[in-house]
Amino acid sequence: METLGAYAILLAFCLSIYAFAASLAGKLKHKPFLIVSGERAVYGVWVLLTTAAGILVYSLLTSDFRLAYVAARSNRAMPLVYKFAAWWGGQEGSLLLWSWLLSTFAAVVVFTNRRKHRDMMPYVISVLAFTQIFFCILNAFVEPPFQVLAVGKGVQAVADGNGLNPLLQYWLMAIHPPALYLGYVGFIVPFAFAFASLVTKQPGEAWIATTRRWTLITWGFQSIGVMLGQGWAYAVLGWGGYWGWDPVENASLLPWITATAFLHSVMMQEKKGMMKVWNMVLISSTFFLCIFGTFLTRSGIVSSVHAFAQSSLGTWFLGYLAIAVGVTTFFILKRLDYLKSEAHLESVLSRESSFLFNNLILLASCFAVLWGTLFPVITEAIMGEKITVGAPFFNKVNIPIGLALLLLTGVGPLIAWRRSSWESLKRAFRWPTVVAVLTIAILAGFGVTHLYALVSFGLCAFVIATIAMEFFKGARAISVKNQMNMLFAAFELTHRNTRRYGGYLVHMGIVIMFIGYTGAAFNKDTTKEVTIGDRFDIGRYSLQVKQVTDGDNPNYSWQKAQIGIFVGGEYLGELMPERRVYGSSGQPTSEVAIRRRLNEDLYLNFASMSQTDANKAIIQAYVFPLVSWIWIGFYVLMFGTLVCLIPSKVKYSYAKTAVVGVYAKQTETAK
Amino acid sequence: MKTYLRFGVLVVAIVGTLAWLAASGINESKTYYKTISEVKEMQSAVMGKRIRVTGDVLPGSIKREGEHVHFKIHEKERNLQLDVVYIGKDPLPDTFRDNAQAMADGKMLQDGSFHASAIAAKCPSKYEAAPGKQPAAQPLNAAKPAATS
Repeated sequence: METLGAYAILLAFCLSIYAFAASLAGKLKHKPFLIVSGERAVYGVWVLLTTAAGILVYSLLTSDFRLAYVAARSNRAMPLVYKFAAWWGGQEGSLLLWSWLLSTFAAVVVFTNRRKHRDMMPYVISVLAFTQIFFCILNAFVEPPFQVLAVGKGVQAVADGNGLNPLLQYWLMAIHPPALYLGYVGFIVPFAFAFASLVTKQPGEAWIATTRRWTLITWGFQSIGVMLGQGWAYAVLGWGGYWGWDPVENASLLPWITATAFLHSVMMQEKKGMMKVWNMVLISSTFFLCIFGTFLTRSGIVSSVHAFAQSSLGTWFLGYLAIAVGVTTFFILKRLDYLKSEAHLESVLSRESSFLFNNLILLASCFAVLWGTLFPVITEAIMGEKITVGAPFFNKVNIPIGLALLLLTGVGPLIAWRRSSWESLKRAFRWPTVVAVLTIAILAGFGVTHLYALVSFGLCAFVIATIAMEFFKGARAISVKNQMNMLFAAFELTHRNTRRYGGYLVHMGIVIMFIGYTGAAFNKDTTKEVTIGDRFDIGRYSLQVKQVTDGDNPNYSWQKAQIGIFVGGEYLGELMPERRVYGSSGQPTSEVAIRRRLNEDLYLNFASMSQTDANKAIIQAYVFPLVSWIWIGFYVLMFGTLVCLIPSKVKYSYAKTAVVGVYAKQTETAK
Repeated sequence: MKTYLRFGVLVVAIVGTLAWLAASGINESKTYYKTISEVKEMQSAVMGKRIRVTGDVLPGSIKREGEHVHFKIHEKERNLQLDVVYIGKDPLPDTFRDNAQAMADGKMLQDGSFHASAIAAKCPSKYEAAPGKQPAAQPLNAAKPAATS
């Protein structure tokens, strides 16, 4: 079995090389049958990698402990779900997942474009196949998943495996890596089309239109991946945070930032034919950052609490990136003429300018995060001394950036294209500004003095007001015209232009998430050594440690603290934070208990029993205001993304009105 | 041209502000990586700077005292030890235990002990290399131990 898996990977490697060579040669020598055979090869690669992945999963599910990978990641007592999730629980399996997803996407792209974009497809396939070759090299030669355990010369199975890292035995973590990988891998498709359009000098923006759905879906998966990571950190890691600016977290955020910038700036290209070079650069950087993110997490170049493996992967990744960046840069420079902008910026107060600043700020954030993440590497190279920066650096730069973006979220969509007058701005923003000022005044009246929090809540109110006004204005027009009630009218409105109103919903989700993040300004925490039966206070809560119980099951042994919650004498129920020690790995984990409410979460962690007094438990208690809104905002964001994907009822052609205008003006002056 | 000038001014202002914030953020939170021997050798030089020391947790040295945790990390090659007091608020990572490779963030005190405000830990490597309880089994076609993730 495992031999078959290993051979499947090797064959996939050879076939990818063929797909790459055949597509390129077929295009350059004008041999259509070669191109078609290249496309067939893409399907072949998918079949082979599916076989390999299937064998790995089968071995995991059947606990085939002759395999080193299975023995290190799985054990008999683990629930079936985690046995499956062990596929991506380690280095070799993760890379196989990457490779398999890539082959799947490639097959889908080839299939859906079997009659479209014939001139671009050979180049699209070569980009996909080239990347596939790279990952197959990793699968086949650098991190092979099908190694067998051996003593002396015979293959030998161990009685039981080590089990999946207990921290990963949590449902969010079981789906976090695939979601993030879908987001990472997916960006190769828009990149491949962008590249192909660059090489073949496509007229118009075919690549943007074709890949718009891909980009959005991929962006959605990346958002899911990033958010699941946050939810997991919050519920499992036990320090109560959702974001620690760890290199691995940053790695997942970087491509998300550039992708967000790209989603905005393509609108400029579709509508006005501007920022063509910029969009090329953005989509390329997004894809490269995806590869770079995999490299960061997989190579162990920056030390991280995630304790990823040290390995020789790094050189391979750098090699691939060097080639890919080199070739892309070469073609962008070579095609500069073809990427000329069709219009110019006319005013600082315009939609164009708001897009421009949105991009500038997003990119600044991306750069700051990248810089901070690589700081140890950079300082070691330049000064010979490893220096690292922590969360204060990231927060200091990114909080103002976040607030500025929030402001633009409100301003951008309402400002006119080309140029806006102060009068129209006043009309559009009078009420939102009033709402924002009122919010700040009320909060300040209630004794909130945290500056950033005040600004943030004010801006959130501002943006919510602008979005609400947009929906209201549009819906009222429809309801008056069609005699509909406002709710139906709002649906109708959204359906007519899903892209615009879905976008507003995404913005709304972001704003709600910001409300949740801002809550962090008011976090409370305490660590207490409590005798069983005693109480201690945090915020308005009074907590009583009632008793500590223990027991075990085949997978782990546990110890639970039963803690009663009181507020002002009223009993609100109890929470049971837990400590586990996993049998096969001997690794302890804490299972926090969280009382989730819309206004605040009460979060308890059972650190351990006191070492000096057997009757005392060490309890860490936290109060996190508003944190639930982060997850709620995320659902809104996902909903908005889905709305964007629904085709609009009315086809809005993104005719380049402004360009026609400029042209008309020129002909007028020519007369 | 006037429009572009305005844009230029705005862009420079934004980038400048962010660069200034970044620079001050770096100064506030920069942390030097040091080995135990480096810390021991240049006590005075590292005093007051934020540093990050890495070493293996000495088995049996982890002691909780109220909210603080005392432990020792050591550098095997040169047989050096460092006393660490963890004074941070966050719970210690689950991977932090005897023989684990620990990374302590904090400052040196005059008495030669190290006050850590944050601890990160990696599992001891023997856990990675020995699946089950039969340490004799090794990967057949490569000598490298399977890694944790």
